[in-house]
Amino acid sequence: MEPKLITLKINGRTHQVALKPNVTLLRALRDLGYTDVKNGCEKGDCGACAVLLNGRPVNSCLVLAWQADGAEVLTAAGLGTVDRPHPIQEALADSGGVQCGFCIPGIVVVAKALLDRNPNPTEEEIREAISGNLCRCTGYSLIVEGIQRIAESKESSESPEAKSNKAPTL
Amino acid sequence: MANFKVVGKPIRRFDALSKAVGATLFADDFKMPGMLHGKVLRSPYPSARIVRIDPSRARALPGVVCVLTAADIGYAKMVADIPGQTGQRERPRSETPVLAWDRVRYKGEAVALVAAETEEIAERALELIDVEYEPMPGVFDPLEAMKPGAPVVFEPDNIVARWRIRKGDIEAGFAAADLIIENTYRVPFVEHAYLEPEAGVAWVDERGVINIRVSTQVMEHFRTVARTLGIPQNRVRIQGAFAGGGFGGKEDITVEVFLALLALHTRRPVRLVYTREESILAHSKRHPYIMRYRTGVKRNGRITALRVELIADSGAYPYLSPYVSLYSTVVATGPYRIDNVWVDTVAVATNNPFTSAFRGFGGPQPCFAYERQMDEIARALGMDPLEVRRINYLRTGDTTATGQVIHSAALLEESARRALEALGERTPDRGPIRVGRGFASYMQPYGRLMWLHDTSQAWVGLELDGTVVIRCGAPDPGGGQLSSLCQIASEVLGVPLENVVAYTPDTALTPLAGTTTATRQLYMSGNAVLQAATAIRKTLLDRASKYFEEDPEDLDLADGRVFVKNDPDRSMPLPDLIRICAAEGLPLSHLAMFKAPFRDPIDPETGQGDVFPDFTFGAFAVEVAVDTETGLIEVLKSAACHDVGRAINPAAVIGQIQGGSHQGLGYALMENLIVENGEIRTPSLSEYLIPTSVDYPTTQVILLESGTGLGPFGAKGIGEPAITPVAAAVANAVSDALGVPIRELPITPERVLKALGKL
Ligand code: FES
Ligand code: FES
Repeated sequence: MEPKLITLKINGRTHQVALKPNVTLLRALRDLGYTDVKNGCEKGDCGACAVLLNGRPVNSCLVLAWQADGAEVLTAAGLGTVDRPHPIQEALADSGGVQCGFCIPGIVVVAKALLDRNPNPTEEEIREAISGNLCRCTGYSLIVEGIQRIAESKESSESPEAKSNKAPTL
Repeated sequence: MANFKVVGKPIRRFDALSKAVGATLFADDFKMPGMLHGKVLRSPYPSARIVRIDPSRARALPGVVCVLTAADIGYAKMVADIPGQTGQRERPRSETPVLAWDRVRYKGEAVALVAAETEEIAERALELIDVEYEPMPGVFDPLEAMKPGAPVVFEPDNIVARWRIRKGDIEAGFAAADLIIENTYRVPFVEHAYLEPEAGVAWVDERGVINIRVSTQVMEHFRTVARTLGIPQNRVRIQGAFAGGGFGGKEDITVEVFLALLALHTRRPVRLVYTREESILAHSKRHPYIMRYRTGVKRNGRITALRVELIADSGAYPYLSPYVSLYSTVVATGPYRIDNVWVDTVAVATNNPFTSAFRGFGGPQPCFAYERQMDEIARALGMDPLEVRRINYLRTGDTTATGQVIHSAALLEESARRALEALGERTPDRGPIRVGRGFASYMQPYGRLMWLHDTSQAWVGLELDGTVVIRCGAPDPGGGQLSSLCQIASEVLGVPLENVVAYTPDTALTPLAGTTTATRQLYMSGNAVLQAATAIRKTLLDRASKYFEEDPEDLDLADGRVFVKNDPDRSMPLPDLIRICAAEGLPLSHLAMFKAPFRDPIDPETGQGDVFPDFTFGAFAVEVAVDTETGLIEVLKSAACHDVGRAINPAAVIGQIQGGSHQGLGYALMENLIVENGEIRTPSLSEYLIPTSVDYPTTQVILLESGTGLGPFGAKGIGEPAITPVAAAVANAVSDALGVPIRELPITPERVLKALGKL
């Protein structure tokens, strides 16, 4: 089949790209430079490629780019930056839950989706929510603690813009 | 510096936030203009003769730029010996063909390379390479492989390495025993399953230097690449990206040689990234072992003799099997004082996936055996498991089985007691659910074999504004190695942590620091940074002493100032002092080399000699609930207690221990790379299961800080030790719950039911 022109709204930016039907959303995102979306297996087994598609977490390696035509895609990099991190990102960095970090962008977006629908999850609910995200380094505990800390400080709904206006750090 | 300002604080690692916002560029996130895509053709047979390789159809495919077979690369071989910066003698038979030409010895062995304009075209090209194989009989079991007449994997025979320890009088030791306990233990192949598959990109620059930006634990592989390609060593540069996990699987060469060949032949940048399946097929595994233990013990619990036979499956090529099996040999007794020891270890070649380094490097396997054995002894004697161990634990000043004296603290009893106490109240049984408890002690070396003459270098420099740069070629596969180096420099130079930068390793820019393996980076490179920073500190304080007219000892550096200790108002901002020093031509940077203690190799007949710089000691305790009807095991509580010497960054140390504990629980209960007739039956992450967030509860971590280690500020290593005792402790807990012994990993429901005689 021939490529088709589709529209991907990624982290608030609109991209028009011609893609063949067999191109996954993961491949499309990485080719567009969204390298925060990681490829750990391309089989739906690891969660490293997780993004939010219209607010719902999906493994982008299991979604065809065509299926995301017109949809809103949010990746970890769209949630915050080093200068204006999202509270979840800040909390994971502070908790010590980031080791090699390869699993973290996926976990960040899954945690965001969890906290959006359940601002005060229990430890069990957090563990359940990220159970599709493999992490080989941390044993998950400090990641879970980090997410819990957010829930406790109830900052998850606050936008990063509102949080601070400090000058960008180098 | 008795009161630390930065060391010992649970600081946020400098790399953490960048990773959390997805800004860190890993090896596969890096693109070059005009970049080609590489692919590797791999053998579908575990043992076969190659009759013919014809790449002509692949070469004719539009978009294919290069196809390489062994004939195109001069039948190159790679020395897969222990990597590093030292010039030690090479082992015989450590060579591995880069691309196979006459025969293949394992399924997945590389046969040809392709570089093409797109990944799709490269994949198509692989299908167009015609290779005619003639399957040959293979050997898939190390016991079979040792028999006369077995198929020979490579000449002259299947023995890859032998090690022995002969200490004391083994016959007399057994004669003195009241009781002899004899058992055989088995452990499986295990997959590293780091989240980031092997990846890299290479290009030839304007000087003719091959640049390889790669996910690796070993920068020094540039030497292996150069040698394999027959080019000078100064023509290969390795840039180490932050790696998405390693655990030993990125200690051997992965994509580097393939990338260098493709870049050299195409003169274009080439990217090569493995799929998950390819990763599982192509890299090493943890060694399966068969371990026969025979222990003689007095009625009072004192061990009089130990005889051990270890058989390791080395797979199709030696890689690091000779060294892994040596580690197992040295720690085969466990952390116990035994006068009469006899150990025979053999690593055997088969047509299975090759085995090499994996966190613990031959330590966790014998720990499973020696710690199960201790519980069996306790049971047979009707003694408390901790009491039997206490009677036999090594103490500072004792000698190990190889005759090495332990100089650091050996907090074995304390760590076991603390880990057990942390479990709290015992959970009661419930109907068919039986609850059991177990623990395991261990010894695990940190630092490399002393006859490798290991060194690490670090360069530390002060900028005019009082900020600090560290150049140190230490790869960081996730342990926070670079961040810890920043803490050490910050502490010594009194510069705020955020004013210290450590570059990622690059053989063109950072001095060689050796491998991120063997739990050596904090010990070795931490000491190198400490030395370099201390030299600069001396320059600063000597100059300041003239200015303040005080002894250098009466001055200190903190918060970016130099000040008089008993009159802190007399102070000067560091940049002012730096300006004075710079104006006078005083050196504000320093390149330090830290040397581990050097020794000669051990006696090959008796295994006697000093082997490692030092050991880490500790314990893991666990409570499990076993369903005697289904065989399912639930981990209820666990606790790890290790003497880390000094926790430079306690948050990072706790993370290492919890991560290692989790890997160990997986090793105990679920991880099993099933290999049948050389074929991996679990080639994906849906078939090879690793722990998820819902499988095990949080491991409590108790840190002991004896301050007696050889690392900076008395630190010991913890990266590998974190995993070593875990599976043994779980097996002891399950054996306790069931009242029948567990002798094989992983402890699946099926094995539980078998142990209960229900299957
Ligand atoms: S890469 Fe998509 S789930 Fe692993
Ligand atoms: S931090 Fe390495 S995989 Fe999660």
